[in-house]
Amino acid sequence: MTTKLFGSKVARVEDQRFLRGQGRYVDDLLHDDPRLLHAAVLRSPHAHARITDIDVSDVLDVEGVVAVWTYDDLAGPMAEPLPLLIPHPALTHGRTQYALAKDEVNHVGEAIAFVVATDRYVAEDAVALIRVSYEFLEPVVGIPAARAAERLVHPDVPGNVGARLEQENGDARAAIAAAPHTLSLDLRIERSACTPMEGRGTVARWDPDTGRLTVWSSTQTSTGVRGCVAAKLGLDLAKVDVITPDVGGGFGVKINHPWPEELLVPLAARTLGRPVKFTEDRREHFISSAHERAQEHHVEVGFDDDGRLLGLDVEFWHDHGAYTPYGLIVPIITSTQLLGPYKPQSYRVVFESLYTNTVMVTPYRGAGRPQGCFVMERTMDAIAAYLGKDRAEVRSVNFIQPDEFPYDHGLVFQDGRELEYDSGDYPASLAKLKELVGWDEFEAFRAEMAAEGRRVGIGLACYVEGTGVGPYEGAHVHVETSGKVKVATGLTTQGQGHQTAFAQIVADTLGVRFEDVEVTTGDTRRMPYAVGTFASRAAVMSGSAVHLAALRAKEKALRIAAEALEANEADLEIADGVVSVRGTDASIDLGTISVLSNPLRYAFDEASKAATQFSVGDPGKPPVAEDDEPGLEGRDFYSPERATFASGMHAVIVETDPDTAEVRILKYAVVHDCGHLINPMIVEGQIHGGVAQGVGGALYERMAYDESGQLLNASFMDFLMPYVTEVPASIDIDHLETPSPLNPLGIKGAGEAGVIPSAAVFAAAIEDAERIPITAMPISPSELFDLRRAHAASPASEETP
Amino acid sequence: MKPAPFAFVRPSTLDDALAALAADPGGKVLAGGQSLVPLLSMRLASPTALVDINALPDLGHVRVAEDGVRVGALARHADVLADAAARESQPLLAMALSHVAHATIRNRGTTVGSLVHADAAAEMPMVLRLLDGHVEVASVRGRRTVPAAELFAGPLESTLAHDEIALEAFFPALAPRAGVAFEEVARRHGDYALVGVAAHAVCDGDTVTSARLGFVSVSDVPVVVDVTDALDDPAGRALADLEPGDDIHATADYRAHLVRVLAPRVLAAAIEHARSNA
Repeated sequence: MTTKLFGSKVARVEDQRFLRGQGRYVDDLLHDDPRLLHAAVLRSPHAHARITDIDVSDVLDVEGVVAVWTYDDLAGPMAEPLPLLIPHPALTHGRTQYALAKDEVNHVGEAIAFVVATDRYVAEDAVALIRVSYEFLEPVVGIPAARAAERLVHPDVPGNVGARLEQENGDARAAIAAAPHTLSLDLRIERSACTPMEGRGTVARWDPDTGRLTVWSSTQTSTGVRGCVAAKLGLDLAKVDVITPDVGGGFGVKINHPWPEELLVPLAARTLGRPVKFTEDRREHFISSAHERAQEHHVEVGFDDDGRLLGLDVEFWHDHGAYTPYGLIVPIITSTQLLGPYKPQSYRVVFESLYTNTVMVTPYRGAGRPQGCFVMERTMDAIAAYLGKDRAEVRSVNFIQPDEFPYDHGLVFQDGRELEYDSGDYPASLAKLKELVGWDEFEAFRAEMAAEGRRVGIGLACYVEGTGVGPYEGAHVHVETSGKVKVATGLTTQGQGHQTAFAQIVADTLGVRFEDVEVTTGDTRRMPYAVGTFASRAAVMSGSAVHLAALRAKEKALRIAAEALEANEADLEIADGVVSVRGTDASIDLGTISVLSNPLRYAFDEASKAATQFSVGDPGKPPVAEDDEPGLEGRDFYSPERATFASGMHAVIVETDPDTAEVRILKYAVVHDCGHLINPMIVEGQIHGGVAQGVGGALYERMAYDESGQLLNASFMDFLMPYVTEVPASIDIDHLETPSPLNPLGIKGAGEAGVIPSAAVFAAAIEDAERIPITAMPISPSELFDLRRAHAASPASEETP
Repeated sequence: MKPAPFAFVRPSTLDDALAALAADPGGKVLAGGQSLVPLLSMRLASPTALVDINALPDLGHVRVAEDGVRVGALARHADVLADAAARESQPLLAMALSHVAHATIRNRGTTVGSLVHADAAAEMPMVLRLLDGHVEVASVRGRRTVPAAELFAGPLESTLAHDEIALEAFFPALAPRAGVAFEEVARRHGDYALVGVAAHAVCDGDTVTSARLGFVSVSDVPVVVDVTDALDDPAGRALADLEPGDDIHATADYRAHLVRVLAPRVLAAAIEHARSNA
């Protein structure tokens, strides 16, 4: 790209609206419609129980209650289990919930009854009056209980094992047996969750005159929701519109669909003939959406005197909660992306995905990578400690080198395609990171701090992230007769600044003013073919599609202009929405070209007179040529053969309080390579947000389930999302731009990067400060205090062998 | 997260407020609402009526006199924190208030409301107790003064009758040769403390004539321990009277450890403050 907007820090066009409180979210919709009804859900208070009776008789007497649904009221496809979205041959025992619990509940928070009333207050009053009789079953909580399988979550799933998947490249076990040095590690990550500021929400309106359903949902895939709603409600796809308005954060949880309420709201709207709204509250979000991260890992590794990985054998157990609608995406990503920028000579990985009586697991920003990165980087640090080598050096000897791309790991990635890295420069990233954080000067700093009685540590962690997975995205670019450009892409936006980034691409590609471009996302009326916003794919997928569609529009504009200006297409150029013939005064603006592109019978204003049948066209030819179509539009799709692999490295310097065991962040540095940057400010914002979320995951957040399956911290009072006071005051960022050869713009995804190495990098830094092995994250001051005591009591037992 | 139904009154005179409260044994006073409203929304509390006292006159004061600071029932934490005269009269107020939640909550939450909410994990009940302050309360039956030592009955339970409204809190001024200090450890800034410790010391020359410690989050009610005779091991003395507990954020052992870390540190700071206040 040689034009000016791509790559520059264009201010986000969204921000004025968001910062002034003019965002329009699902809960804002139809709020002044007197016919609007509100839904509330009765949720299971028990983690595991059979439902023996549901008595709703008291509910219907409540003034303001309009209807109540239980499983027995559902019919046809609605009475079937929710879809298993991503089937995988290894998912031999996949299970999904019903829209409303049938016979049994498998986690606290599972939906049992759906009440619709004139307002949410009354709906909640009514929910409290439903009487459910339960026969209690012993719950399975946590990975050890799931593995022990003394009790089963689903009686027909032996061992609580939903899936077992093994991949191997080479003979890792033989390589480890023959290696000069070996280590084994046990590493654990706890549960956390996305916790977007806006929870789930759905509004539906049924138009009986046209038999048409309009659904607004706070989702990461409007086309996905549309497909499910149409199938479950028995409607033609063409009769369902799904619109995603402003979304107050997704971070992964809203890619899962359909949620029970996403079906029940449209069902209620159609049945009752009135619009219906469901807005999830914070407690509901904690107990009825989705979590992630909980995994336990066992590592066997064999290496040479330089720390080169000869054999790596990883076995891990993934807690997927009560149901598996999103398949095996998270553990597959862990098992493949664990490799990061390294090339072990042989690698074997096997995981079991286990049922527990807890909220189900679907991808949360990073999606299995934070766990994989934690495992790999802890292993690297353990090797360095064992060999007495610099931690950066051990990583260096294992890096895939810049001349080794494309690099095929001999494994299958989450999209069913080969795990083949397209491009990267890991040695260059490491050099930048060491410089940025002051790696080589750290020992002097440590000594200086020690002299003041202060304890500091440094850690680093590297990751590679497969971004921009398929199958495809599309875009439509329409130049109106005013010269304004309307762009639509089907994937949704939950705060990423797509309206800015995609407009930058169109402005450059088409040659129009940025201000004249308006981007719409996530509206099936505007672009019915789309996949969704997840896996750091929007910039790569829709960005590329938008670019291609703008090229199509440009080609057509030049063709029409050449005819109108009686010039050669090759002599034309477009800038600021005007096509001109190089070296002459002859020009025509895109608005006029748009007028000319659409032969008219009826003029509706002065400009359109130019397109009427007595003004344009060769009377000897059809007004629209056989292989052409009216209008100045471009439409195209981007569908890459495989993902593109972004990479990065983080380093952190922490101070641990010798008395209170509190951890303070002194410096946080990021080197990030997502190929060409569309908008560096947006990318840096993604990194800032990711790092903040990563700090939460490493030092504060966890899902505290008790043995009975009750979530003890289902509120922002006790689920410790970091405040601005807990995240680093500044983050030092450096970029490397290794373009991807897989798409026309050379871009890679950036959305999840900031959060991937957090657990790894904090564990490394705390270990470095404390000289105590850190094998489980997150870590609280109370836990660090316990580790210190245990280590002081028997230092040898805690040491890495 | 919507409250169950309740009646709502917003009287404009104290007599009307007291009468409304007396008329409904299930009624509850609403002042800043920073503790009550979340409890309502989560349906953990379902009062039959809310008596909103925000329209009552003359309760928003922070009045500083020779003997100490008087804080009206509608004075927000932020009002007390920002009051320079209050800070000078009794420095412990500002020291503790800066740890009470966040600015937005302090802008709305009232200090007197926090006292009668009687949370032993909150800073201000402990401060009132350590300073031996009191609250003035009123009901249709008359007025009375409740000393801090008699205000706290149990976890989230004050000794006020259901029909009583706390009108004002009194925090005694810092006496000459007395000093105070406060420190706490919380998971996030503004969270309830894992452990908080305040100290009040009085010195006569080099001699410490009185040393008392107040604790946050290690007991069911705010606890004050006299450590005048245990200056070299104040934590050891205090822990005999405290009951640090386990929760999802910290173990009892860690909390006891924090008492051992903070108590000597805070006591030393209060003694130093006392000596500079001669």
